Amino acid sequence: MQHFPCPWCGNRAEVEFRYAGDAGVQRPTRTADDAAWAQYVHFRRNAKGAAKELWVHSGGCGRWFALSRDTVTHTITGSEPVA
Amino acid sequence: MIPSRRMEQGGAIDRAQRLRFTFDGEAYEGHAGDTVASALLANGVRIVGRSFKYHRPRGIYTAGPEEPSAILDLRLGNRHDPNARATLEPLADGMELRSIHANGTAENDRLGFLDRIARFIPAAFYYKTFMWPNWMAYEHRIRALAGLGRVDLSSRATSAAHRHVQADVCVVGAGPAGLAAALAASTRGKRVMLVEAQGELGGTVLYREAMIDGMPGADWARQAERVLRDRGVEILRRSTALALYDHNVLSIVQKDVAASANDERLWLVRAGRMVVATGAIERPLLFANNDRPGIMLADAALLYTRRYAVKVGNACVVATGNDSAYEVALALRQAGSDVHLIDSRPERDIDPSLAGSMRAAGIKLVPATLVEGAGGHRSVEAVALSNGQRIVSDVVVHSGGWTPSLHLYCHAKGKPSWDAVTGSYRPGSAVAGVDVVGAAAGLWDLDAMLRNATEIGGGKAGEAPSSGTGVRQWTAPTPLPAGKSGKRIWVDLQNDVTIADIKLAVRENFSAVEHLKRYTTIGMGTDQGKTSNVNALAVLAASSGREVAGLGTTTFRPPFVPVSMATIAGSERGELQVPIRRLPAENIHRQEGACFREYGGALRPAWYGADADAIARECIAARGNAVVFDASSLGKIEVIGPQAAALLDFVYYTPMASLAVGRARYGLTLGEAGIVADDGVVLRLAPNHFVVSCSSSHVAWMAAQHEAWRQDRFDLAQVFIHDATAHWATIAISGPASKRIVGELGLGVDLDDARFPHMSVATGRFAGRPARIARVSFTGERGYEIAVPATLGAPLWQKARAAGATPLGIEALGVLRAEKGYIYVGQDTDGETLPHDLGMGGPRAKRQDAYVGDRSLFTPAASKPNRKRLVGILVEGKAPIPVGAHGIELKDGRRRSLGYVTSSYWSAALGHPIALGLIEGGLERASAAIELEHLGQRFTGRLVPPCFLDPKGERLNG
Repeated sequence: MQHFPCPWCGNRAEVEFRYAGDAGVQRPTRTADDAAWAQYVHFRRNAKGAAKELWVHSGGCGRWFALSRDTVTHTITGSEPVA
Repeated sequence: MIPSRRMEQGGAIDRAQRLRFTFDGEAYEGHAGDTVASALLANGVRIVGRSFKYHRPRGIYTAGPEEPSAILDLRLGNRHDPNARATLEPLADGMELRSIHANGTAENDRLGFLDRIARFIPAAFYYKTFMWPNWMAYEHRIRALAGLGRVDLSSRATSAAHRHVQADVCVVGAGPAGLAAALAASTRGKRVMLVEAQGELGGTVLYREAMIDGMPGADWARQAERVLRDRGVEILRRSTALALYDHNVLSIVQKDVAASANDERLWLVRAGRMVVATGAIERPLLFANNDRPGIMLADAALLYTRRYAVKVGNACVVATGNDSAYEVALALRQAGSDVHLIDSRPERDIDPSLAGSMRAAGIKLVPATLVEGAGGHRSVEAVALSNGQRIVSDVVVHSGGWTPSLHLYCHAKGKPSWDAVTGSYRPGSAVAGVDVVGAAAGLWDLDAMLRNATEIGGGKAGEAPSSGTGVRQWTAPTPLPAGKSGKRIWVDLQNDVTIADIKLAVRENFSAVEHLKRYTTIGMGTDQGKTSNVNALAVLAASSGREVAGLGTTTFRPPFVPVSMATIAGSERGELQVPIRRLPAENIHRQEGACFREYGGALRPAWYGADADAIARECIAARGNAVVFDASSLGKIEVIGPQAAALLDFVYYTPMASLAVGRARYGLTLGEAGIVADDGVVLRLAPNHFVVSCSSSHVAWMAAQHEAWRQDRFDLAQVFIHDATAHWATIAISGPASKRIVGELGLGVDLDDARFPHMSVATGRFAGRPARIARVSFTGERGYEIAVPATLGAPLWQKARAAGATPLGIEALGVLRAEKGYIYVGQDTDGETLPHDLGMGGPRAKRQDAYVGDRSLFTPAASKPNRKRLVGILVEGKAPIPVGAHGIELKDGRRRSLGYVTSSYWSAALGHPIALGLIEGGLERASAAIELEHLGQRFTGRLVPPCFLDPKGERLNG
């Protein structure tokens, strides 16, 4: 059971959070070509090792934040607000 | 009558308390303080079970969680454990025990003949043999021959309580090292927990001779316990650590918890530091027929002798290659047995004082000798030695060395390293927050252990408890048998794997550890190879000419000991696991005779009354007079603030910013892939205040969507989302008489059609509280939805009923909305449906601003002319076509699906069946005629617009 540092609530148990994908994905505008749009909708990095992920503290404050986490060792190196 | 093997004196049992129990139908007696295993041994029971594959007789082999053989079916009162480990289970009065894997009893097993054909069924025999026509043809019969205890299907498992706690330091294991670590850690004002599997703290010092701080080890342990208790250390006894999970969370199963329905409690402890002091497990020696009843591990024999006052045998052979078994030999001798001590080491490698003390006690020490095999069938009768000698004996106890218990360390992704000197793995890589101490860390000298554990606990070495007892060579590599005896040598007793099986696997090139494990099943029993894994590696290395260090280990997986699913689940069962949403007025519906069904996680009335015509009757009332429907589970998500309109415009496909105050609008929401995600009605109560009335089953998702986009794109101070669904009860009244009935409710809202037309919203009062009234329709008839604070749902319902409205259930509503072609998202749409497939292409054509899913509506796939589109389907005859029936066409002589039927009903209003479907090209197909097929049945249908009744919508004002 991992322990995640919510930027607003501090360390809380993993079960309070919902994974929301890869952090840093930018939504293209309507003028994007098919390939760029498909990349945004369907493709995500799935890093082995250091990763920056979006999580939602859905069982707590409800805020989204970016979590720096190693997907192999599950070491947490930091978290920051995204909104 | 078998003579009792209980000694007159000694042990930690209470001879005054007699406990009666049965085993395989025979009555026996034990004492308070006994385990099931010690009581069986004290009664002279030798055979306690039959082996997994060959049905060989097996006896009690260990005294702990590593037990491979003594697994019994246990009943006590309401409790039933089909796989209880006799070595861990405290004896209780009235216990009924049965051997689990015998066809008959352990003593007389009708499948015992399997052992005589064993050489024809080696490892992998089943995989190679039962291939034609396929394994499934044989599996059930083979399964019946193997296996463990049987679950009693009539029993209902009760729940365990769960407890979540945090600690600064959690020490697992209360042997000398664990106690020393806990003592050191608890002096510094930290919250410390100590977890011990046994009922008493002390571990090995409870039965091995040790002097610590000038007192006998058991006294020192009792004193340490008092000190820890005074310092507020939480001590869990009878508690086995199951697993160490991410970020230092330890799961523990605690037994004998009176407050819990199944006597167990599951603890989840998150600790800043874990101190693993789980000790070591003794390794067996490998010799022919080393599985015969009467053969057990040396340390277990010592425990049974000293703690339980059991005289394990009269003529004992102690076989070893290390010093740890010498104390065992002495204890057996002191208990009055004749003892031969067979040591594989030459005399020069044995501590002379140790050897001297053995001989002085009358023990016959035979150095430089191996036990080659055991004789006897149902029980050991003699042993053959490598020097040609044969010794008559009724008990053989053996120690091949010790294996540190690194399970928790390995769960935490620690990588153990092989120590060739002791022939065992010890902790290798460091794991943050996890320390391993004592024998688990590969320390065998008591003084060294106490010093190390004290330092790890945060103390200074000088403060450590001290002991003069030193052991020179506690453990050593297991001596491997030299020659070929032609007899079977057992490595894994639980899964019946022999040295020959391992050699066979190597010959067939299954020589990687993970392959060996799966080919032979070694280490795959419920004991997870606690006594067999390291020996298997040694045999594998020797038979494939490699070093153990290079072989690696198989993965250690939780749990450390088997644990019941009921304990893991705890109270998360049934509605507590998947809570069902309930309507505030549920009791009223029960009084009305509602038949309840679950719809999207909510328990709602399907129809009212028990008769077969209930649904048709409700449909007729809806079209002819008026119905009342409980729509409380519909979403009521409030979107508030200056940017509320902009947010809704982005989240909704249908534009919402242009909605006037006091008006309602039907709309669709999409995902970013453009797929229709939900539909619903948005109400605008004030310029900055909207209510999103989404589908019942999508409320949580829709609220999360709104919140996600709010945080992503909007000023958090300018728009706020609040899911108020549970705060309100919504009662919908629909039908030609609905205006009169709503008027009689006295809500104080002017219902005149000119001032309150279809798709209007206003706020009135009901019973002195706010009542929001919206003119919307699910049925195609004139309709009103009234939302009142949840507790007023029942009185509002009753008032509508008194005014003449008929109750309407979900099933009839399904028919009514289908007659109008109103879709259910998720039923009439699928994972490819875009809004223009539903005939709602307007916003796609007109909107230039950004909204969720916008760009996805303009991909090549989204623009194809032959997309599946929503249609109405009419079939001949009186029977509705099955939902899921495919529209088909013949292409190159093959049938091809054109789409399928999504909703299908008998329409009472129309007098014929109706259906909706998603069909390629929809109404733009060249021909309206369509062939349909369902599970071999053929139908002929006709495509029509997806609205069967009142296409002009005149009834909305009827």
